[in-house]
Amino acid sequence: MTMERWNDGKVECERREFLGLAFAGVLSIVPSFLRSVAQQDSLPGAGPAGRVADPASAGRALGPTTAADTDAAYQAIEKQLKCSCGCGLDIYTCRTTDFNCTYSPGLHRQVVALAERGQTAQQIIDEFIAKYGQQVLMAPPKRGFNLVGYLLPSGVVLVAGGLLLLTLFRWTRAAAAAPAAQGRNSDASPAELERLRRELERFPS
Amino acid sequence: MTLLGHWSLWLAFLMGLWGVVTGFAGGLQGRTDLQQSARHAVFAMFAALALASISLETAIFRHDFNVEYVAAYTSRNLPTFYLWSALYAGQKGSLLFWATVLSLFATLAQLFTSARHRAYLPFVAAVTCLVATFFVTVMLFAANPFERLAFTPVDGRGMNPQLQNPGMVFHPPMLYLGYISITIPFAFAIAALLSKKLDVDWLVAIRKWTLVSWLFLSIGLLLGMWWAYVELGWGGYWAWDPVENAALLPWLVMTAFLHSVMVQEKRGMLKKWNLALVIGAWLLSIFGTFLTRSGVIASVHSFTQSPVGYFFLAFLVIAAAASIVLYAIRLPLLEAEATLESVLSREASFLFNNLLFIGLAFSVLWGTLYPILSEWVQGTKVTVGPPFFNLVNIPLGLLLLALTGIGPLIAWRRASVPNLKRQFAVPAVTGLFVLLIVLVAGMRELGPIMAIALGGFVSATVIQEFGRGASARHRQYGEPLALAVVRLVARNRRRYGGYIVHLGIVLLFIAFSGMAFKTETQATLRPGESATLRSPYGHLYTFTHLGVSQYDALNRRVTAALVDVSRDGKPVGRLKTEKRQHVDALGRNTFEPSTEVGIRSGLREDLYVVLGGLVNGTEQAVYRFTINPLVWWVWFGGYVLVAGGLIVLWPGGGPPAVRRTQAGYAVRLEAK
Repeated sequence: MTMERWNDGKVECERREFLGLAFAGVLSIVPSFLRSVAQQDSLPGAGPAGRVADPASAGRALGPTTAADTDAAYQAIEKQLKCSCGCGLDIYTCRTTDFNCTYSPGLHRQVVALAERGQTAQQIIDEFIAKYGQQVLMAPPKRGFNLVGYLLPSGVVLVAGGLLLLTLFRWTRAAAAAPAAQGRNSDASPAELERLRRELERFPS
Repeated sequence: MTLLGHWSLWLAFLMGLWGVVTGFAGGLQGRTDLQQSARHAVFAMFAALALASISLETAIFRHDFNVEYVAAYTSRNLPTFYLWSALYAGQKGSLLFWATVLSLFATLAQLFTSARHRAYLPFVAAVTCLVATFFVTVMLFAANPFERLAFTPVDGRGMNPQLQNPGMVFHPPMLYLGYISITIPFAFAIAALLSKKLDVDWLVAIRKWTLVSWLFLSIGLLLGMWWAYVELGWGGYWAWDPVENAALLPWLVMTAFLHSVMVQEKRGMLKKWNLALVIGAWLLSIFGTFLTRSGVIASVHSFTQSPVGYFFLAFLVIAAAASIVLYAIRLPLLEAEATLESVLSREASFLFNNLLFIGLAFSVLWGTLYPILSEWVQGTKVTVGPPFFNLVNIPLGLLLLALTGIGPLIAWRRASVPNLKRQFAVPAVTGLFVLLIVLVAGMRELGPIMAIALGGFVSATVIQEFGRGASARHRQYGEPLALAVVRLVARNRRRYGGYIVHLGIVLLFIAFSGMAFKTETQATLRPGESATLRSPYGHLYTFTHLGVSQYDALNRRVTAALVDVSRDGKPVGRLKTEKRQHVDALGRNTFEPSTEVGIRSGLREDLYVVLGGLVNGTEQAVYRFTINPLVWWVWFGGYVLVAGGLIVLWPGGGPPAVRRTQAGYAVRLEAK
């Protein structure tokens, strides 16, 4: 094989020498190519995402969102179950709020695994109760003593309202009896008082 | 300086004790020298506590990390703005703040209470000194803010990132001011019981204080909601957390009192009830403080568990027992001066309004304490979260909303059928019309439907009241309608300010119902990629991830992600959401990275974007996108409510005759 030198015309070049030079050239290009990919600015549509300078300060590294992460059926189950990290939130809200939480992603995976095994929503919830106790539910189950928990506030208001109504009727009966006795001492006649009352009612209260 | 602070606490303690002894003795024996001494003790206590607060704030600003409190809650690079709020960022400092503000309020009560109510002041001094001395005792024996460390750290731990938010600078003091100021009406109530002066005078003396307290509690609650919304990142503003509930309880009871007190002022009725409400509101404020500081119930808001809780529990039990005994002894003196004449009267409607407020307060308290009760009774721990509270409280809340419209339209003493027809025809038709509209629009959720329809009804009652009043002025004085409305409010601030508060409540209820329609999704996006989300109004939002940048700012390293937003293909703006890694002055990480939410707030809906994190350290970002309908109206409703409260609170407002009627019982129809 022959090659032409630019300064003095044709020169002889060995195939082995040529391949060696070509390989060295490629080796020198690859790192710079890789570097250029890593430093590439990520404008919309500019291709793959580059690494940030300090990933640790962006919180826990996450995996890409999967279909299970956004599945409405799983969300509905997770919204009934409390995260065990102490945040007081349900599993779904915790895993989509506190992305540093290490509990809620695991609990989410448990929900998904149980669902993929064919369990229904209620079976999954029962499984969680068996494993973590009733405390795992965002609200106590509506049975047994918990029914007192649910019904007592409204019950108290209803009973108190009934008693209040009875008391009001008793008071108003007493008040209706009183004017008859008071009327004798009044300068105004009942008709006049009634007329005054009607006149007053015409004004905005 | 901290030595000065520590000794100031001891001085405040001694002054407080002196104030308690001389106040009670001077009041009971009628000795003016002791009464005067109690008054001076209040002033001295305030001076000592103010000095202690200045000492602690000085230590904070000087970065004196040998002081345990300063090292625990601040760092050298903490922005100055938050150095101020560091005073109440921790348990010990907040106790000092509480005691100082209480002594300030006690001083103001001594200085500005009208001469007509002087008889109460020695007892007021004694009670306020007693409460403030309790707080000082806790500091001296269990939570000393001036405690020193055995060594001096190079830098402090810094403030929790979630507290480094403007909302958190103003929310706690507002709530504290609300809590603390309840002590003054409580002190007057105890003074009235002790002095046996149980006529309407003590109510007149505390009117401004109750309003101030209610207003601060309202602002504190609203700011807390705003902080939770913009800072915590879960997309809501109220989670029925035990500490949130603890703040709501005194607000509900104070609101009940603000209504029932009108019945006592107008008719001389409900004396027992009003006293009970004031005492109950104060006890609940101490109960809330106990909940927050004891760690007895888990809450994201509470301070760390400490022996302080035992102090508060003991104080709560003793104070409740003493108040109840005194109240029971004086019951015979609290007979009503008039009787209810009709169930169809404003008095009766206020009684039902009170029943619902107290029922709601009971319901919230019940739900908050139910986990403890369940463990006692069933031996099973349970969680009582939003599903429980929503189920139990929403019906009561809707009933209360209905009464908000009904109460003001019913006449005092007795309402006739023609009167009811005249008052309710337009609001009822309006409510039904709104109901029809929302049903036709396709809404099927019962709670929101009722909230919006009742909102229409109540709004119509308020507008009708304004319309009738302004028309009357227009006819009588020939004023233009706009001017007539302004003068109407100015001449009767209490009544029309109250109506404005009702409008604020309507807006809040309707805005709350918007959360039933929130939509959200989660997506992982490379730069240039988009996710879509349909709003409850049917618009399609597209969120395009632009990229991630990192930079240093103040005391943190910021990872910021930018998102372009378009609605139905048209650009609407760009949102930034961040991860913040806070560092100390030496560049060491202090807390876990926190999240800053990107929010675009509009009249119809809020776009709420949260950066969850990055995939393997690349610019591929995990986002949560949420559309929260009507949230803007929560804050606007809050403004309206506070504006109405300020109008009610503003001095003056009406001719002397009106003021006299408000101050005492209304003129009676019966000739006696």
